[in-house]
Amino acid sequence: MKAKHQRLALAMLAVAAVIGAAVLALSALQDQAAFFYAPSDVKRDEIPVGRAVRLGGMVEKGSVVRQKDGVTVHFVVTDGKAEVPVRFTGVTPDLFREGSGVVAEGRFEPDGGFVADNLLAKHDERYMPPQMAGTMHKTGTLKQ
Amino acid sequence: MIAEAGLAALWLAGALALLQLVLTILALAQDRPELRAAIRPVAVVQGLLTALAMLALILVFARSDMSVLLVAENSHSMKPFLYKVAGAWGNHEGSMLLWVTILGIAGAAVAWFERRLDERTLIATLGAQAAIALGFFAFLLIASNPFARLDPPAAEGRGLNPLLQDPGLAFHPPTLYVGYVGLSVAFSFAVGALITRNVGPAFARAVRPWILGAWIFLTLGITAGSYWAYYELGWGGWWFWDPVENASLMPWLAATALLHSVSVLATRDGLRAWTVMLAVVAFSMSMIGTFLVRSGVLTSVHSFAVDPARGTFILVLLALYIGGALALFGARIGTVRAGNTFDPVSREAGLVVNNLLLSVILGIVLIGTLYPLVAQAFGVKLSVGKPFFDETVGPIALVLMAALAAGPLLRWRRDRLSALRDRMTVPIAVALLSVAGIAVFARGAGVLPTLGLGLAAGLAVASVAPLWRRALRRTPLFTYGMVLAHLGVAVSVAGMAAESAFTQEQLVAVHVGQPVDVGPFVVRLSGVRPTVGDNWSAIEGVLRVSPQDGGPDFTLRPQQRFFSAPPTVTSEAAIKTTLGGQLYTVLGEADGTGRRQLRLWWKPFVTLIWLGGGMIAAGGALSLIGRVRRERKAARREEEMGWA
Repeated sequence: MKAKHQRLALAMLAVAAVIGAAVLALSALQDQAAFFYAPSDVKRDEIPVGRAVRLGGMVEKGSVVRQKDGVTVHFVVTDGKAEVPVRFTGVTPDLFREGSGVVAEGRFEPDGGFVADNLLAKHDERYMPPQMAGTMHKTGTLKQ
Repeated sequence: MIAEAGLAALWLAGALALLQLVLTILALAQDRPELRAAIRPVAVVQGLLTALAMLALILVFARSDMSVLLVAENSHSMKPFLYKVAGAWGNHEGSMLLWVTILGIAGAAVAWFERRLDERTLIATLGAQAAIALGFFAFLLIASNPFARLDPPAAEGRGLNPLLQDPGLAFHPPTLYVGYVGLSVAFSFAVGALITRNVGPAFARAVRPWILGAWIFLTLGITAGSYWAYYELGWGGWWFWDPVENASLMPWLAATALLHSVSVLATRDGLRAWTVMLAVVAFSMSMIGTFLVRSGVLTSVHSFAVDPARGTFILVLLALYIGGALALFGARIGTVRAGNTFDPVSREAGLVVNNLLLSVILGIVLIGTLYPLVAQAFGVKLSVGKPFFDETVGPIALVLMAALAAGPLLRWRRDRLSALRDRMTVPIAVALLSVAGIAVFARGAGVLPTLGLGLAAGLAVASVAPLWRRALRRTPLFTYGMVLAHLGVAVSVAGMAAESAFTQEQLVAVHVGQPVDVGPFVVRLSGVRPTVGDNWSAIEGVLRVSPQDGGPDFTLRPQQRFFSAPPTVTSEAAIKTTLGGQLYTVLGEADGTGRRQLRLWWKPFVTLIWLGGGMIAAGGALSLIGRVRRERKAARREEEMGWA
């Protein structure tokens, strides 16, 4: 094979690889990208039951109820306009508190409740996930 | 005074970077030897001055000088000394200063040590290095001055984020930064070689040690970061595909590809354009990583809340450097003479396959990491996480492992497929036997983990095969390095596959004395008690653990720690490492009825993940030593022959 031809073949291979990567990534993104919702978005939009999503807001004061098995906790996430009941089985993160911010990863059930596989709590007083800050800002519950 | 001295040093260093850039342009345009001679000393002094500035910052942190804004915001006088020092880079401004410092020192090292490259290319390289440094000096001095004063001084500092108070994390960022910045040197070499049209084996041999060095530190940094997240965050995972993790993985993928393609260029004078392109891409990835982490645009446990102006600044630098380099690449690449050709079945072709697969993985990770940002620009909020990356990267990584096994068994330039088949017979047999064995004896391990374990076994055999029937004492050190690094990949993948296939988990609320079975252990909570440390107090669970095979009992003490500055709670997992794996325990909340939550994991062979990472880095170090030695020897021989 001549040098010029080999160069061309390699370049085409590289382009094919990049396009392949992009196609693979974008098709997987269709199924796997978790969408982010605030409680009031949930009321407005159609609830995608069973799809992996994130739900962000504040843990409503007085709503945290620990269940009899000792490892399941029920609470309500609110953004001031709407509430969503959440169920989570596991050790709650260190900064999980009533009245404090939380992002729950999980899925909606047909009855409108939310089952969380994972909770992300606010990190420290200076840290807030930008996604959460954005949602708060939109619904006007962020108090500085 | 110390703060002002540091700031002055920083301004001077910035001015020298500007001088270095101007001198380079003049020296390249006009053939004046006195200008060329001035550039090296300027680079060295610039490096010294940035080091001085960093030293000044460490000093004000060590002395808890609360009249410096950065110290007041990120430190506390009661903190252990190590974390006072580490606090100097545990924040936005300090970490950017560390970036510039390593950049300056690396530039000085190139100016001081690099003797093999021809002078014009070296000067162009130092000019490119100065241009990069200049942007970051501007960023520090204009947008994030680390030495800003606070008037009146604070009485006490706000403290360092307790999650960062860990010896592992104190040294983690510097390690990663050495890797990032090492890639900037590779980038500068590539730009230098493009400017003087000197892309060839000599360029490849000069740049290779720098790539190797950067790659070793990136490997160490990623391995250490993974272990830190594993034991410190208390969720028992070793890789989360967090944007910040991806930010270090992407340059590593590019650097790994570059490391292999630069070998083709140095040994066989092939893949010229591709290698230069990869050098540009690798540094672009470390810039994108810096942008993602430092701009605060992504949700991550690591991102310090940063104002958007800084993100914009880094984005502009990013566009300037990458755009500039790509433009130069486009303009000059036509003049780069085509290298040697090779057969479709050859070591070169194997390395091309390796490069393509690494590039595909890099592309997927990049898309997955940036997609949420793009979607957000269109008003859609979403996050891309572990399921996406596992599903896309996992299968390609398995194919890459097969290529990794075959590549070193191929001859340079031309080989026969039947010969490769003969050499691969044993590794393939081992892989198939392992898959069959797991399918029979450990059902339900899952398809991907089973394939992973089988491939790891085959790869382990294939990676030591290049040593087969060789005179071991005359085998060069870098061959041993390659063998060790490839074996490390097999070990690491075996650990990942075993962890995801065989982990057992118990999440329970228990009374004192109640037994819980997990893996080969019985765990009993024998009490909960308070304890204190340097700047924290804690609730500690005392866990009595009995191995079911009748070995001696031992005690684990997972804690919930309370820090007062800033007020934070952290979980400290307690981990027992045995030959077979790790028992990982986390203490949860009390449930109000006298029970305590416990989260227990038995993770068989999980330690292999990081052992493999260490082996990969050690393999890189062996190669580096081997290469540098051979270069020295070659240089000495030339001197003796009277050529130099």
